[in-house]
Amino acid sequence: MAEIVLDKVTKRYPDGAQAVSEMNIEIADGEFIILVGPSGCGKSTALNMIAGLEDISGGELRIDGQRANEKSPKDRDIAMVFQSYALYPHMSVRENMAFPLRLAKVDDATVNEKVEEAAQILDLNQHLDRRPANLSGGQRQRVAMGRAIVRSPKAFLMDEPLSNLDAKLRGQMRTSVSKLQKQLAVTTVYVTHDQTEAMTLGDRVVVLRGGHVQQIGSPQFLYEQPANLFVAGFIGSPSMNFVPGTLEDGVLKSVLGTTVLTDRVRRLVEAAGGPREVIAGIRPEHFEDVSLVDEKHREAGATFRSTVDVLESMGAEKYAYFSLDEQLTGSEELAELAADAGSADVPGSGSTIVTRLDAASAAAEGRELEVWFDPERLQLFDPKSGKNLTFDG
Amino acid sequence: MSHAVTDAPDEGSAASQAKSKKAKLSEGKKAERRLGWLLCAPAAIVMLAVTGYPIVYSIWLSLQRYDLRFPGEQEFVGFDNYIAVLTNSYWWTAFGTTMLITVVTVAIEFVLGMALALVMHRTLVGRGLVRTVALIPYGIVTVAAAFSWYYAWTPETGYLANLLAEGGAPLTEYGPSLLIIALAEVWKTTPFMALLLMAGLALVPDDLMRAASMDGANAWQRFTKVMLPVMKPAILVAVLFRTLDAFRIFDNIFVLTGGSNDTSSVSMQTYNNLIKGLNLGIGSAMAVLIFLTVALIAFVFVKGFGTAAPGSDDGGKR
Ligand SMILES: Nc1ncnc2c1ncn2[C@@H]1O[C@H](COP(=O)(O)OP(=O)(O)O)[C@@H](O)[C@H]1O
Ligand SMILES: [Mg+2]
Repeated sequence: MAEIVLDKVTKRYPDGAQAVSEMNIEIADGEFIILVGPSGCGKSTALNMIAGLEDISGGELRIDGQRANEKSPKDRDIAMVFQSYALYPHMSVRENMAFPLRLAKVDDATVNEKVEEAAQILDLNQHLDRRPANLSGGQRQRVAMGRAIVRSPKAFLMDEPLSNLDAKLRGQMRTSVSKLQKQLAVTTVYVTHDQTEAMTLGDRVVVLRGGHVQQIGSPQFLYEQPANLFVAGFIGSPSMNFVPGTLEDGVLKSVLGTTVLTDRVRRLVEAAGGPREVIAGIRPEHFEDVSLVDEKHREAGATFRSTVDVLESMGAEKYAYFSLDEQLTGSEELAELAADAGSADVPGSGSTIVTRLDAASAAAEGRELEVWFDPERLQLFDPKSGKNLTFDG
Repeated sequence: MSHAVTDAPDEGSAASQAKSKKAKLSEGKKAERRLGWLLCAPAAIVMLAVTGYPIVYSIWLSLQRYDLRFPGEQEFVGFDNYIAVLTNSYWWTAFGTTMLITVVTVAIEFVLGMALALVMHRTLVGRGLVRTVALIPYGIVTVAAAFSWYYAWTPETGYLANLLAEGGAPLTEYGPSLLIIALAEVWKTTPFMALLLMAGLALVPDDLMRAASMDGANAWQRFTKVMLPVMKPAILVAVLFRTLDAFRIFDNIFVLTGGSNDTSSVSMQTYNNLIKGLNLGIGSAMAVLIFLTVALIAFVFVKGFGTAAPGSDDGGKR
């Protein structure tokens, strides 16, 4: 059990690459925290610094209030699960899990007891005497977890532990990891590039980009109150739609039409000293087929009308894609975001609007559709800095 | 089948078609295999001619009384030559010396080679230069290198001999001679060992070493409990190659001592009988005995360590 504090922790690699810049995170005892961000943003580097596998170039790492910068990994009493699992190929599953205990000179009886216990939790009893090479991906993953939990460390570090599993197994393992963490209540730092994992697993999520912390908060908070364009685009699937627009007297003009801002949004933008040019963001799930919105709400909302480009029927819902003629330009932030996330994931970076409609919608490809949205749900961003002008944290 | 009107014949023909397709496939595979053999044949025949023939010929010679000085007395004597060799104390002295040199040099080469491999593996800058420099001894012709050691240890003129006590002539005594021979061997072949071991080091994933540090292993424990076991197949190959090579040691001894003071190896004994003594029968018997010993060493290595090597027990499931 441990509290982990990163105080302005910085990592500069010998080749000059600054992988992590002044990272401040306070991880409470027993907390499940997620580091998420696109590939190369410094997640693994940050984790390795907590583990002691990489030296810290600047700042201080404190574990339970004690400076740990100079401690070697074995003196930090932290267990780690690797993406590659890193199981010892020459040892059986039992020996793999027992390895940390043997190194700690625990007596045989206790080792056996602890390994059996961990195997019980992870449903590995039948496989204890097999070699890792003969196990399936999911089983190997569980052995890696087992090796981490046997010695009841102060904290778990996990670097993309589920990335090598197929989609279905990943979903199952996600649930078990979450359960396991709750059961053991051990401080856990979990690294992933997958926003779904970040949203579903963590008590709190740290969004990273280029070595800088973008925002820290609960998954729901990040979803509702992204601090900037990057977080808004990264969290949520499909991603938030972004359209350029101009603000004048509380009215937004964009490809979505002329929208009167609600009082709350207007107040926030004005308090933020909002510029005339903005980027408006709205999530796919905040649109609806106008014919399915009751009278009362329809009045309060705004609508736009366009031809459905592509329609994907998922059974429980429908995704309608619209091509709006105006190209989104003028935001370096957005261009970078698109590059980071792979532009396909950021609909707003082209001129496509993704909407999630009720399954009852009569939308059809090639036909016009009137789509409703609630202006209260609009988020407005500064195109220059990417700052969320409607942030209400 | 000829009047395909009802359903049943249709099904039948489909089935027979499937069957014939299967047959055709295996026919194709057969043809492919035949072509493979044909393509290999020239190389296989040449190999047999240059290795198989001499082996068979020496075995045949070893069963003859055949001394070129008395060619008229050639006759089949069965295992007499082997008995003569195996009851001769010179042979056993040479065998002991060879074994001693083999065990000592391979052990030292393994330790030094491992250290050198670790250094080369870790070196980030000038890796190519470090490797090239380390390989220089291996690139020098053994006889030339042996002569340089010989002169270095020659009393009065040699720079190494002068470091010793006055009047010392190390190459004229059994112990010091063996030491110098071993030194020359180690100096020359450690780079080869290091190269083979470095290939093995590259097979140990970084994550494995990191996992071991997280599990609480110190540097020595990481080395002995993770790195060595994981690279065991590479170690096996490196040590086996060097053992087989060391057992056939000839040129260093030939140059440094000429086999005097009981320092001759089994290869030198063979040479003395076969080439100098012109006794083809005895010489061939010795050659065959060396061959058998080498085969035995290889067998013991592969059986003794091979099955325990990681990856050899996964039944191709990887
Ligand atoms: N050993 C290293 N030497 C130099 N640069 C590195 C090293 N490891 C990682 N980097 C750089 O640091 C940045 C962050 O890497 P990493 O932490 O692995 O990212 P992530 O895990 O988020 O994908 C990347 O730009 C990467 O190129
Ligand atoms: Mg990574």
